[in-house]
Amino acid sequence: MNDIAATLPFIGRRNPRAALILMIAVIVLAPIVASLFGRSWVRILDFALLYILLAIGLNLVVGFAGLLDLGFIAFYAVGAYTWAFLASPHFGLHLPVYIVLPLGASFAALAGLILGFPTLRLRGDYLAIVTLGFGEIVRIFMNNLTHPVNITNGPQGIDQIDGVSFFGWELNRRLSLGGGFGIDPIFLYYYLFLLCVVLAVFLVKRLQVSRVGRAWAAIRDDELAAKAVGINTRNTKLLAFAMGATFGGVAGGLFGAFQGFVSPESFTLMESIAVLTMIVFGGMGSLSGVIVGALALSFLPEVLRQIALPVQHALFGRVYLDPEVLRMLLLSLAMILMMLLRPAGLVPSHARYSHPLSPEEAKP
Amino acid sequence: MLQTLLQQIINGLVVGSVYAVVALGYTMVYGILGLINFAHGEVVMVGALTALSAILYLREIAPGLNPLVYFGFGLLAAIPVCMAIGYTMERVAYRRLRNAPRLAPLITAIGVSFLLQTLAMVIWGRSYHSFPQLIPTTPLQVVHGVFITPVQITTIGLSAAMMAGLVLLVMRTRLGRAMRATAENHRIAALMGVNTNGIIALTFLLGSGLAAVAGVMIASNYGVAHYSMGFLPGLKAFTAAVLGGIGNLAGAMVGGILLGLIEAIGAGYIESWTGGWLNSSYQDIFAFIILGIVLVFRPTGLLGERVADRA
Repeated sequence: MNDIAATLPFIGRRNPRAALILMIAVIVLAPIVASLFGRSWVRILDFALLYILLAIGLNLVVGFAGLLDLGFIAFYAVGAYTWAFLASPHFGLHLPVYIVLPLGASFAALAGLILGFPTLRLRGDYLAIVTLGFGEIVRIFMNNLTHPVNITNGPQGIDQIDGVSFFGWELNRRLSLGGGFGIDPIFLYYYLFLLCVVLAVFLVKRLQVSRVGRAWAAIRDDELAAKAVGINTRNTKLLAFAMGATFGGVAGGLFGAFQGFVSPESFTLMESIAVLTMIVFGGMGSLSGVIVGALALSFLPEVLRQIALPVQHALFGRVYLDPEVLRMLLLSLAMILMMLLRPAGLVPSHARYSHPLSPEEAKP
Repeated sequence: MLQTLLQQIINGLVVGSVYAVVALGYTMVYGILGLINFAHGEVVMVGALTALSAILYLREIAPGLNPLVYFGFGLLAAIPVCMAIGYTMERVAYRRLRNAPRLAPLITAIGVSFLLQTLAMVIWGRSYHSFPQLIPTTPLQVVHGVFITPVQITTIGLSAAMMAGLVLLVMRTRLGRAMRATAENHRIAALMGVNTNGIIALTFLLGSGLAAVAGVMIASNYGVAHYSMGFLPGLKAFTAAVLGGIGNLAGAMVGGILLGLIEAIGAGYIESWTGGWLNSSYQDIFAFIILGIVLVFRPTGLLGERVADRA
């Protein structure tokens, strides 16, 4: 957590402890502040957390192991559809969260293994195209697996998906605190997602300095040398793929539960690219960078939406660039300009591979 | 039965020749830079939409001309626009990253691809535009029950002509020799007095020009143009290039035709093969599956001799 706090401007380096406290306060209070601007901002915040989770997962694959995966959203889709199959009236199943979420994660991991096993021998750019193709295949199946047995319900998607509930406590219902006070579901989901993100950050930080994490870094920096020092590169890469996919699967399940509705439209190539851009923007391989990138790129389009539309109305009397176009422009320009001008990202990872003690921490 | 097969073969040849033309663009850039120009499919789309606008414009200011004049004007408008885009792309986005780590230019290429799509969305809107049928589409009977349209004949003819022209350029001219030398080893080529930067720019110009024509042909065949129409043909053409052996001109052509045939025949028969489980809406899957199989079992492609491992 400390090095994430250290990325805060001004205060981060000078007073890490204060920065940490400030950061925690901001994170905990964020949805309450956001709700002052309208409930939609809390939803945006919830989605931002899901994007962080996705970005952390993709970062394992792209940033740590150096494998460019353009079909990452397929794992998100696997998680979401697993949830939709097992907890909705579509098949009449209503399994609880502690069965569905692990199942979704394992299916996603399995999909990662299936995809990774034949393709991981390929060089980076081929791998990118094959994973892209995989993402498209999954989407084509989601759109068309309706006949002769209706499995995915096609482009209409599946709705009325159960929310998260723990032992009878449903997050989809307003939590009543008595006396007319209560907490809305979107806040409850915020803290649930936050918990997941914190767990993910903790896990990834430990993973990064573990034997596996160092092996990933070695493969990313020089695959041949990694092989020479005795790393089983194929299995290690497969592990990266499967672990990344697991994060995608969990995020997907949470997405399905939160949204209550899944359809192929949510899992387009554009979303894969969006998550990739977040990583590139924040800094490949840098955990804090990835979080910053995911936050920035899930908020900027919304802010642009709020600003650009009235401005265009005032200036031209009509809207030339609608919000979706603005988002795509922002993402594609971010990707090109970052690669040209600042390839290490906004918050670069400070070492070629992460020392247990980074230089800042080693100082007394 | 046989008629269906023959019909699908004709359809496959038409689609395949377009793939082949687009695949040439991928393969030339890959041969010289070792870069997958992800945005190449988008150039196809820009070609189609530019031609559409040009045709509509000419129709407005000079109605009643021979349809072929409109068609030619559309082509002549699309080619320079696409060439300009190809050149700009290379100059702005790729040249600076020539010595960067291998993921960097690929990510930039993805960014360029989406940027082009977005700009096209802004300029031409999100709707599907109907592309005027300037070349007749009345089917001509080849054999009993097997048909081919003039558009299809034009497509095959134009593609063949362009491929022949490109092969002549690359194999028989001084410029072509410089291109091959640059592909072989651009440092040594530079030492021998080849202007390698110029050659790389030329490669992008040629590839984009071919893509422009391919875009016009795709649009004329299907009768529609759309801002996202370049993505799938681009991906399939890339598959074709890999199938034939990326970096190899003949390979791109063989791969393109072969992929077109496989796709058309597969789409025609998948329903009866799988007992109705899968139907022709799964047509797009073939390209990806073939791509996967080729990359796993024969990464050098059918005709590729050079084991490309520059990473």
